[in-house]
Amino acid sequence: MSIWVLRGLRDGVVTTRWPNRPDEYADSWRGPVTVRPDAPGAAEAELERLCPTGAIEAIDRLRVDQGRCILCGRCVAARPDLFTWSAGATGPTAAAVARQALVVPEAPETDEAVAAARAALAGRTAALRRSVHIRHVDAGSDGSEEWEIQALLGPVYDVHRLGVFFTASPRHADVLLVTGAGTIGMTESLRTTYEGMPDPKVVIAVGTDAVSGGLLADRLTGVAGLVPVDVWVPGSPPSPFGILKALLIATGKLADGRKPADTRKGAPR
Amino acid sequence: MTLTSIEPSVAALWEALEARMAQGGRFAGLFAAREDAAVTLSALVAVPTGIDVLEAALPPGAAGYPSLTPRIGAAFWYERVIYDQVGVVPEGHPRLAPLIRPGDPEDHALPRHVAGYGLFTIPHGPVRSGVFESMEYLVETPGEAIPHLNMRIFYKHRGIAARFAGMTAADGVLLAERAEGIASVAHALAFCHAVEAIAGCEIPREAALLRVVHAELERIANHLDVAMRLADAAGLAVATARFALHKERVLRLVSRLCGSRFGRGVVVPGGVSAFPDEPPADLLPALGKLERQVIADAEMLMGTSSFLDRLRGTGPLLPDRAREHGALGPIGKASGYADDARLERPYDAYPLLDAGPAAEHAAGDAMARLRVRFEEVAQAFRLLKQALSDFPERTRLTPRAPCQPADGRAVGWAEAPQGEVLYDVTIDAGRIARCQPRSASFHNLVLMHEVFAGDILTDFPFIEASFGLSVAGAAL
Repeated sequence: MSIWVLRGLRDGVVTTRWPNRPDEYADSWRGPVTVRPDAPGAAEAELERLCPTGAIEAIDRLRVDQGRCILCGRCVAARPDLFTWSAGATGPTAAAVARQALVVPEAPETDEAVAAARAALAGRTAALRRSVHIRHVDAGSDGSEEWEIQALLGPVYDVHRLGVFFTASPRHADVLLVTGAGTIGMTESLRTTYEGMPDPKVVIAVGTDAVSGGLLADRLTGVAGLVPVDVWVPGSPPSPFGILKALLIATGKLADGRKPADTRKGAPR
Repeated sequence: MTLTSIEPSVAALWEALEARMAQGGRFAGLFAAREDAAVTLSALVAVPTGIDVLEAALPPGAAGYPSLTPRIGAAFWYERVIYDQVGVVPEGHPRLAPLIRPGDPEDHALPRHVAGYGLFTIPHGPVRSGVFESMEYLVETPGEAIPHLNMRIFYKHRGIAARFAGMTAADGVLLAERAEGIASVAHALAFCHAVEAIAGCEIPREAALLRVVHAELERIANHLDVAMRLADAAGLAVATARFALHKERVLRLVSRLCGSRFGRGVVVPGGVSAFPDEPPADLLPALGKLERQVIADAEMLMGTSSFLDRLRGTGPLLPDRAREHGALGPIGKASGYADDARLERPYDAYPLLDAGPAAEHAAGDAMARLRVRFEEVAQAFRLLKQALSDFPERTRLTPRAPCQPADGRAVGWAEAPQGEVLYDVTIDAGRIARCQPRSASFHNLVLMHEVFAGDILTDFPFIEASFGLSVAGAAL
């Protein structure tokens, strides 16, 4: 047994310091597709056909709904002049408090929606800022989101350092992490889990499947119709950093990424 | 290569299937398709040259057919899925209840399998303690022993097979990658092999090498995940953290190669989407270091007696049963039945590389399954080193050959970390008319019914982790 203790010391500290310090891997991460800032304003309608999940919208101007993007990269390969990857797992669109905020560039009405969502969330999460307990529910994921959530418990991301813990019982949970496109079979279990949680509670939709249904969107449209979602994390699957960021936003420890957040210890929120 | 033979009736189909199996063929699946009123049954048989398809049409308007399960037990779950999806009744099936269709709660009501004083059922799931995929175990127990176990997997049935219809082959790969997310590469490979067989295209050698690189990295990550879960079940905190760390390093290597931690977007019909920006051989130092660390920790885990005590003799699958069922992947290999698609029906760059023999053990318990996984990890590192050193100069790399499938049907296969994955793809006028995926998770999970002989409740997490299956892949 004691020999394992020595083994554990072998690699020194492998845990990321994020969000208090930048993390090279998180910053180099390739996020959902975005529209290049220098892309022409007018949009060609046939661009919409590039996307297998209908994330590209070209009605008046070119927009990408990152909540539908499955990161297949087909649009970036076909039209590198218009589309590019968003950078960084912890970047502005890694997690959003309003579904509309995942559409880039932003539609004009997004600001009010985000402000309203943020205010509503802040009112509920004031009590959760120091430590939270999480219940995860799989509502029809492909299995990869579970790996990335599990990684948060590993030595590299180690969410315990941030006062985040996973719990078995919904009765002890403050945050509900939901993955998957929202299958019929899980509807009832997801609802009873949500109802079993005490108030205040926060729901995070993890992954493009949970946000919009992804490739299955013709029949399964994500979990928003089943439980009220507060924070949206796109990605197929999202990186552990993206999920971590959503957790910090959900618990009021981090501002959502639309304005640069001051992440130093003790910084005013 | 896929040979399709049409039989005149279901009875003749079963005869032909049993004849193939008597010659050493392995039952690899049974599916049904409905076109208007016509229902066709397709049985897949793995033979040394490939996967053969035997077909028979049901008489028009038939509401049922004589069940295969009494003759070939491995068809048990397949026929329940046929009943769920197509609605024809396998007459004489031992327990016909919905498997993947949610239906009404009473459809899923289970008669208690064992009766006696003090016996009760523990419902475990679908929302379970910890970060798990949703499924429900119903454990019938007098308190400690587990005389019977039932499983419900319908909770996360997403309708993947039906979703394929009408897609282009290029879109189909994206869906295949998400059928069983922890084996994305293997599913994409099996799907693409079917499409490439229909189109008759040969992929470039360097694309075949990159496919092997991603497939083997995926295998290492999956096996490390199983080792991590087993160590966690035994409460070995440091070992759990070590294997989680190694797994994270593998996922980071994958994302360094292609931008996705799960190798998504790499495999496309005709080859690969692109080559990594850096020369693949640059990965070798990081890989060598990882290999040394993984193997050192694996050796130490296999020398930790308190851990091995929990695995030895736990969840045994008898070799005869493994052979009879055609158990796939590490589960079959740990019970003396190795049918590794990479060696038996090699694809992509595997014929060019020297994988050595398949890992094989005879004990069939959780320990043998872990031994097989660690041997496969060592084998994967060997294959990776060979593949990475074999790439030509960057300027001479061709990512893919033209691949425009018009019409036809083929079965594609690949060896996922869980075992053999099959895709039975029919393409009509350039679009997928029908695509039936079959994951190793589906084929193997049903075996969990049988491995609790003498084991008690605290063995449950070890047995489940040692199977290393994905519910997403089973329920599709």
